[in-house]
Amino acid sequence: MRDSTFGRIIREPMGALGITLVVLIVLGALFAGFTGYNPAKLAMRERFLDPSLSHLFGTDHLGRDLFTRVLFGARIALGVASIATSISFIGGLLLGMIAGYGPRWLDSLLLLFFDSLRSFPTVMLALALVTLTGPSLGAVILVVVLAMLPGYARVVRAQTMSLKSSEFVLSARTLGARPWRILAIHIMPNLSGPLVILVSMDNPVVITIEAGMSFLGLGVRPPTPSWGSILNDGYAFIRESSWPAIAGGLPIIDPRLRRDG
Amino acid sequence: MLAYALKRTGLAVIITAISLILLISMIQFIPGDPAAVLLGPLASPEMRELFKQQMGLDQPAIIQIARFFGRVLTGDLGTDVLTNRSVLITVVEQLPYTLALIATSIGWSALLGIPLGCFAAVYRGSLADRIVGVLSVSSIALPSFVVAVYGLLLFSVRLGWFPTIGAGDTGAPLDQLYHLVLPSLAVGLGWVGYLARMVRASMLEVLSENHIRLARAFGLQERTITYQYALKIAIIPTIVILGMGVGNMISSAVFAEIVFARPGVGRLIFDAISTRNYPVVMGAVMITTGFYVLCTLAADLIAAGLDPRVRSAL
Amino acid sequence: MAEPEGLLDIDNLSVSFRTPRGDLQALRNVSLKMGKGEIVGVIGESGCGKSTLINSIIGLLPANTCALSGHIRFAGEDIVGMADRDLRRLRGERITTIFQDPMTALNPVLSIGTQMTAIQYRRNSSPREKQRRTVEFLEKVRMPDAEKRLGQYPHQFSGGMRQRICIAMALLTEPDLLIADEPTTALDATLEVQVIRLLRELQRDIGCSVLFISHHLGAVAELCERVAIMYAGEVVEQGSVRDIFRDPRHPYTRKLLECDPGRILELRAVMPTIGGDLPDLVHIPKGCIFRERCPDRFERCSERPPVETIRAGHRAACHKARELANP
Repeated sequence: MRDSTFGRIIREPMGALGITLVVLIVLGALFAGFTGYNPAKLAMRERFLDPSLSHLFGTDHLGRDLFTRVLFGARIALGVASIATSISFIGGLLLGMIAGYGPRWLDSLLLLFFDSLRSFPTVMLALALVTLTGPSLGAVILVVVLAMLPGYARVVRAQTMSLKSSEFVLSARTLGARPWRILAIHIMPNLSGPLVILVSMDNPVVITIEAGMSFLGLGVRPPTPSWGSILNDGYAFIRESSWPAIAGGLPIIDPRLRRDG
Repeated sequence: MLAYALKRTGLAVIITAISLILLISMIQFIPGDPAAVLLGPLASPEMRELFKQQMGLDQPAIIQIARFFGRVLTGDLGTDVLTNRSVLITVVEQLPYTLALIATSIGWSALLGIPLGCFAAVYRGSLADRIVGVLSVSSIALPSFVVAVYGLLLFSVRLGWFPTIGAGDTGAPLDQLYHLVLPSLAVGLGWVGYLARMVRASMLEVLSENHIRLARAFGLQERTITYQYALKIAIIPTIVILGMGVGNMISSAVFAEIVFARPGVGRLIFDAISTRNYPVVMGAVMITTGFYVLCTLAADLIAAGLDPRVRSAL
Repeated sequence: MAEPEGLLDIDNLSVSFRTPRGDLQALRNVSLKMGKGEIVGVIGESGCGKSTLINSIIGLLPANTCALSGHIRFAGEDIVGMADRDLRRLRGERITTIFQDPMTALNPVLSIGTQMTAIQYRRNSSPREKQRRTVEFLEKVRMPDAEKRLGQYPHQFSGGMRQRICIAMALLTEPDLLIADEPTTALDATLEVQVIRLLRELQRDIGCSVLFISHHLGAVAELCERVAIMYAGEVVEQGSVRDIFRDPRHPYTRKLLECDPGRILELRAVMPTIGGDLPDLVHIPKGCIFRERCPDRFERCSERPPVETIRAGHRAACHKARELANP
């Protein structure tokens, strides 16, 4: 099933573009150290340079090479995305299965919990949290998990419920298998495939949350480069040079892989 | 309908209550001493103790929650640490700016996105459909803060067509509208594409249903079939999505308010964080969350009201 | 049996659809005539091209139609190649349709009064007059409290009632031709009898012709005067109900009659069926289309069979048509 999905995506022009961009970002993150510049080193004499062969995206208000900073920003984006999605994936899988398979009262309780979490506008949640924790990558990851997990759990719950009444689960139950065994052996393998696809589709959303929080100064601390903080620097000096803002924004214009192009 | 409305409203109340509990219990779950974070590293231990007493943080969680709800029900969301004013008043003062921004954004994106989606569904597979498809995907892909900064860069800084900061003079509606153009572009742009896709998908589903075939077999005009027979059904899920869109737009509005230096709830919270004005942050988050729940409730009820199958079920 | 004055004359109609596997020839050289006021049945299993036949007559073939040839003359005008505007003038005015599933045939968010008034948009009468007519026809299909129920929505009616509403809609414009596409398949047996009696009564009242599509032999025998048997996109036999049911000449018709549960008198352990599957309509086999499943096949079946005229109005497309007489 994944093969056919991939095949369908690659045949659509937008999908093919998306895949290419994702590959570019991953490559960029891997080879970020080979541009010949230090992303945090100041060079005050080279402020606000326009793009040239030596500085592909130009330089920012502290004379740092923007191309290098964007590549290092990819590391932050991908790092946050992979950690946060893994946690949301595991959490959503576990809580969703408990809600779908467990007793009714627990299901209702968990559903209320998921729906309540989803009733916070994401940025509001981020603002409220960061007031308490202070800005950090940990806070970003926490916000992403709180924003994404309820949705995944709901999907898993619905799937678990339909699998619960399927024949192979019923037969396992009549044979006296324990609930945990049924969940682990019969239900989880059937859930994780679709969930992996769903979660990977959401990667751009996660990256947007990271960039957005860093843009507001709620994420990474300077001088660590993140796409959001590069964009914010560019915004602060927008009258001096357009290039920092453009460089910070470009990678966040995300290549979304839509399921139904 | 009445039963549905009561049930749905009850659910909304419960969800609001639980999200408020989650919000205030965050302070318990977050590792570290909140007083230390909120007062900053320079505060003395005595100040921290005093702060905890003031905020009721030294009490058990249950008592804190009970007290909190008592206060919320009487409309007391706490006191602004800087100005000593009621948080409720501070937030309500800023609310109209944000509401105006959200209303304009949702308005123009719906006015553009819904007809585009209809058009794409009716002329399915045509060149126009493809163009709408590409446009809608690329507009969804644009996060609001990037649109905001790019819009500012292009239309204000480079071209000088639109103002860069503020909400316009009070009492000058045209000036205020002029100041709304770029922010609402940033907040609404992604929604045009999203709505167009949603409307297109649900229109295609409805257009393939049997009753549309019957309407065609009776020689009804395509215009009647599209706008009276199909859109009336396809609009129902779209309204639910619009309700959820408000929550999304509250988030986008925060960015737009900061980039364009507009007053509003988002800007209020953002400024309150840098001055460690915790009660204002919490009060504003509560009010926006409540507003969001209210919007989804309203959308669900309107959608139910438009669907006779739900409306007549008592 | 003499054929009455013509209303619908389908002449050598062929329709193909483009599919990923190749062109699917859904209808091949179909010819069928209908007189004014006549009730003609079309019988065939699913996939035999009944729906394509209807869609061709009302000019609503799907977008992937790639070839359309032959003629459909309706009251002298050829529907094949007719401009969409002219077609729409016929649809819903002179040709109306009742579809199979009454549960999904009506728009769920419009009241039945609104839907029934909407189809009268061509009439220059006042809204009040249109509503009066709506009520009149709802009463004709024996809808109790018709006037009060105009404001109700489809989900508030039972399946049988919804099919009555559909019938009322189809007769409202007093059409020349009513196409009934398996109107009773989704209903249970008692309702089926009621709906068929109602249809016949109203047909006499209005005097329209009815093209009754069904796979239910009993219903066709009860309602129709003439009948056409379709198999895999071809009309294999047609004639009066009496000829077809008493003296079927095509092996497919004979098998079909054997399998009709209504005609099986003794209790058997295994219900009779026709072995084999429908042929692939993308790669049409040479010769007789029914050959693969035919119990009477012989060498000559690899040639395309001629349409033999058994008696006036009774024709069968089989090499053995003249031999296969019932004793």
